[in-house]
Amino acid sequence: MTRIYLDYAATTPTDPEVVKAMLPYFNETFGNPSSIYSYGQETKGAIAEARSKVAGLINARDEEIVFTSGGSEADNSAIKGVAFANKSKGDHIITSSIEHHAVIEPCKFLERQGYKVTYLPVDEYGLVDPDSVRKAITDNTILISIMHGNNEIGTIEPIAEIGKIARDAGVYFHTDAVQTVGHIPTDVNELGVDLLSMSAHKLYGPKGVGALYIRKGTKLFPLIHGGDQEKGRRASTENVPGIVGLGKAVELAQQGMTEEAERLSFLRDKLITGLQERIDHSRLNGHPVNRLPNNVNVSIEYIEGESMVLNLDLEGICCSTGSACTSSSLEPSHVLLAIHLSHELAHGSLRFTLGKWNTEEDIETVLNTLPGIINRLRAMSPLAKKS
Amino acid sequence: MPDPTSLYSEKVMEHFSNPRNVGDMENPDGTGHVGNPVCGDIMELYIKVDNNTITDAKFKTFGCGAAIATSSMVTEMVIGKTIEEALEISNRAVAEALGGLPPVKMHCSVLAEEALKLAIDDYLAKRDKEDGENE
Repeated sequence: MTRIYLDYAATTPTDPEVVKAMLPYFNETFGNPSSIYSYGQETKGAIAEARSKVAGLINARDEEIVFTSGGSEADNSAIKGVAFANKSKGDHIITSSIEHHAVIEPCKFLERQGYKVTYLPVDEYGLVDPDSVRKAITDNTILISIMHGNNEIGTIEPIAEIGKIARDAGVYFHTDAVQTVGHIPTDVNELGVDLLSMSAHKLYGPKGVGALYIRKGTKLFPLIHGGDQEKGRRASTENVPGIVGLGKAVELAQQGMTEEAERLSFLRDKLITGLQERIDHSRLNGHPVNRLPNNVNVSIEYIEGESMVLNLDLEGICCSTGSACTSSSLEPSHVLLAIHLSHELAHGSLRFTLGKWNTEEDIETVLNTLPGIINRLRAMSPLAKKS
Repeated sequence: MPDPTSLYSEKVMEHFSNPRNVGDMENPDGTGHVGNPVCGDIMELYIKVDNNTITDAKFKTFGCGAAIATSSMVTEMVIGKTIEEALEISNRAVAEALGGLPPVKMHCSVLAEEALKLAIDDYLAKRDKEDGENE
């Protein structure tokens, strides 16, 4: 059975060109970049080249990029790093209620260490109101962290507006841009951010590598102490093949970004319209316009998400759900609850995230397959008969 | 050997794909309703009882793959059993009959056991009431 992959927000396959670029750095050009002989200097050069590519994509300076093990480490470094280094200035952090766990959990950890965190609510489309950020700022606020594009519902936040507010107040501003870098423009100066997290495996690069942009002059402590790699900002021998892969992935993303975003938006809208036409008692989650080009998130009434995902998998279609049947808490997605969905609708959500290798035919297959699955599950549901 | 490419056992997937005894029941002798939308699983179980033996069982479930498979399995296990035998069916027995469940899904088998117990309780309460009226 040919499988259709529609979970590109979870991870992307590494582009064959990226793999090709990485391969020599495993066993040919394998030196430790800290070594002074030729093997070391070759890999040092490769890292510098990758750093320039990453910096170029987000309009940063090379020295403002620190390579990490991924998006989660970048988020943790930004939040804990700023909090620990600026404790004498204040102990208050502002974030939103729809952040990725890699932002929410460090914030909760800091709360247990005595910091204070404001989790701003969002509207029914998942938007943070910039005015609510302004109002939440106090004399003790040291950091604002609001994500650029939401990984579940695809809503794109008004980062540039919030950036101006942060700048005016003199508060550091971090954005988790894991879902947007390489997909839509992410210029750190236009966005007005001091810190920005990205991950390679969301843009056809390898897993286990990412980067944190740190605006020059931003005061933060490192998360990992040790050697003086990354100018002392992140110890550990560099993941050279991974960093080279991130550089190549960024280069490829930059080449065709506008065209690919347009192509994906067309497929996205075809899927959204098709689902709305063919499935009654369903709704689109997230913002109808300010939306990632590849994200479709819908709630289907009366049935549960995991049972839909399993049935789609049996038909060769891979997507995800915000129903948290596999988490020990049994609570559905905090993002879907934050946009005021009922528990039933949150459990009945499906997320399709499209990517480079999806075609119009894939969308048609989904539209032809899903209604049958929904009818079968609704026939089984004690909630459907009460409608 | 569990299939490393699948979240569930083959037996769970088989019951999930072809659930037994799905549907409503007219004039059930006992009904059990458990769960709520907050936890994401709702089960309704109906039984027919004749001469102290469960002759038919049906279910309707809103829930994940494990919830649907355990509902299906418990109806299959209970048909033909006496009330006393049916009360002996534990959630572990349902899970074992399905070739095991992932640890985070064991609560689904608990729901299946509870739905069955409630359906039997409902039947016993109705029977006692009728007995009382006939005396």
